[in-house]
Amino acid sequence: MQGKCGLFFTTYRAEAQVFPSGFQKSMVGLFLAVLCAAPFVLNTHLTSIVNLVFISVIGAVSLNLLTGVCGQISLGHGAFLGVGAYAAGQCSVHGVPFPLAILTGGLVTALVGMVFGVPSLRLKGIYLAIATLAAQLVLEYAFLHGGALTGGSNGLLLTPPSIFGFVFDSETRMYFLLLAFAAGALLMVTNIMRSKYGRAFVSIRDFHLSAEIVGVNLFRYKLVAFGVSSFLAGVAGGLWGHYTGYISAEQFNIGLSISYLAMIIIGGLGSVLGSVFGAVFVVLLPEVLNAAANTLAGFWPGIALHVVAMREGVFGLALILFLIFEPEGLAHRWRLIKAYWKLYPFAH
Amino acid sequence: MEYYLQLIVNGLVVGSIYSLVALGFVVIYKATKVVNFAQGELVMAGAYVCFALTVQFHIPFIWAFFITLAFSVLLGLAIERMVLRPLIGEEHISVIMVTVGMSSVLKSLVQLFWGTQIRVYPQVLPTEPVMVAGLPVAPVYIAAFILSALLFAVFSVFFKFSRMGVAMRATAFDQQAAQSMGIGIKNIFAMSWCIACVVSAVGGVILGNINGINAHIGHLGLKVFPAVILGGLDSLLGAALGGLIIGVLENVCDGAARQLLGLGGFREVAAFIVLVVILMIKPYGLFGTKEIERL
Repeated sequence: MQGKCGLFFTTYRAEAQVFPSGFQKSMVGLFLAVLCAAPFVLNTHLTSIVNLVFISVIGAVSLNLLTGVCGQISLGHGAFLGVGAYAAGQCSVHGVPFPLAILTGGLVTALVGMVFGVPSLRLKGIYLAIATLAAQLVLEYAFLHGGALTGGSNGLLLTPPSIFGFVFDSETRMYFLLLAFAAGALLMVTNIMRSKYGRAFVSIRDFHLSAEIVGVNLFRYKLVAFGVSSFLAGVAGGLWGHYTGYISAEQFNIGLSISYLAMIIIGGLGSVLGSVFGAVFVVLLPEVLNAAANTLAGFWPGIALHVVAMREGVFGLALILFLIFEPEGLAHRWRLIKAYWKLYPFAH
Repeated sequence: MEYYLQLIVNGLVVGSIYSLVALGFVVIYKATKVVNFAQGELVMAGAYVCFALTVQFHIPFIWAFFITLAFSVLLGLAIERMVLRPLIGEEHISVIMVTVGMSSVLKSLVQLFWGTQIRVYPQVLPTEPVMVAGLPVAPVYIAAFILSALLFAVFSVFFKFSRMGVAMRATAFDQQAAQSMGIGIKNIFAMSWCIACVVSAVGGVILGNINGINAHIGHLGLKVFPAVILGGLDSLLGAALGGLIIGVLENVCDGAARQLLGLGGFREVAAFIVLVVILMIKPYGLFGTKEIERL
């Protein structure tokens, strides 16, 4: 690992820290302090947007672990969120405490994800993408026709979550709950990436044959990747279901899978920070578009009608432009900006 | 029994449209190794352009049809030049996602211009059903079937005998060898996108004539995947047969589920369940090149 300027490690443990320098630690602390103060400054609408960002961060980082780090393309991530939402929702409806419900949702999703990950033993690249697409559509059908288990087309109504009698019934209270889960998910993936598992995933992504030759059990590690990624997706789904209070099959359609893939591509494949950037970008894009439309409505009265149609197009356009002009994502740009300041007068 | 026969006939018609869309998919995949997730939206674009020409500009249907084909050629060239060429040599996921982004853009453009409601084509063919093997079949269905069969014949001949077709097959077989023999790869790529757009547009016009169009017609593009995987990703014959088989299969499964189990909407997933089974047993399909190594 490349040490940063002025850092001299004397132990491996010191070198392997998540935040190796004191400056980084204080910046992270400062950022967390700002995040904790944010809901008291922001209004309810803005808080709800940040809440959605937190949920998307969990989903994006889990997909990034599978697709960005391990190289297994998944077009079924949206449906995995759905599995988590329904499983956690069913637990809640039957009186299981909230933390246990979320955990069950995650575990059930991990199981489902591993079942759909089995084809990854034989398939890769485009064939795996199409297999996971099939998983998405089959699961979507199951959500809609699941009878009492999923509530069919009526969906499932949920009450706000509560931990030991403390009810998370306002945007601000949900904010802290979701912040804790998002931070936990980011830490978890960061730590997986620097463990033996993370290195195995990267070797599988880079070239499966050499990975196998150096002793990586492909089947086992791919299944673990699918399992862990689906677990986090299930947690994100469970949180989303409890946050919105209502689960319906349309929430988890193929569009959701695609927007998660867009998040990790726009943010940066294989980068934890990139997942955060991507989630922020994709969640904020429609909001910015709405705000722009409201501003423009004075000059161009009919625009509100077109915004719905334009939203998808702007999303697609952003995706295309990112792939052509910034294929390594926002995380790469962030690194360049940091390097620019560090090297300031000597850019090259 | 007649119920199922009717299902099979309807399945063949829908299947022939799947075949056309699959043909476009296979032509692109064969020459450029690009998996096009926007194939359904190309169908939609063609269908809406033809609709606009006939209904909004009052151009006779047959002329509108040919103008649509010309438009599709331009669309194909534009897509290849602006979106796909910068991505040559990038990873699978980038190329997949760029076609996904393209599908969003096309869908939103159509919604911007024409809204989301169902639009109906003017009546071109007579409506009285014709009896085929004792079953009443609408003439538009027969026309659809004949038109797709015709297009398949034309393209088979094109690939077999024409200079361009041979060059395309050579490129598909080995890009480097083809290039060193003096074949312009970029022209081939552009050509394959044009062909894909044209056959998809024909599919769109046929669909519009059968039961109108709306902005969700692009969903049809997803059905292409089971069809081409069954036939083999890089086989024209596979695309034709795969489309027909999937069309019949989903119609019969849907009908059976409705009659025997009382389940609605099974049409949407039947093809994908089959797809998973095919992928596990015979991933390269019926006629595809065996290129997947055992992992």
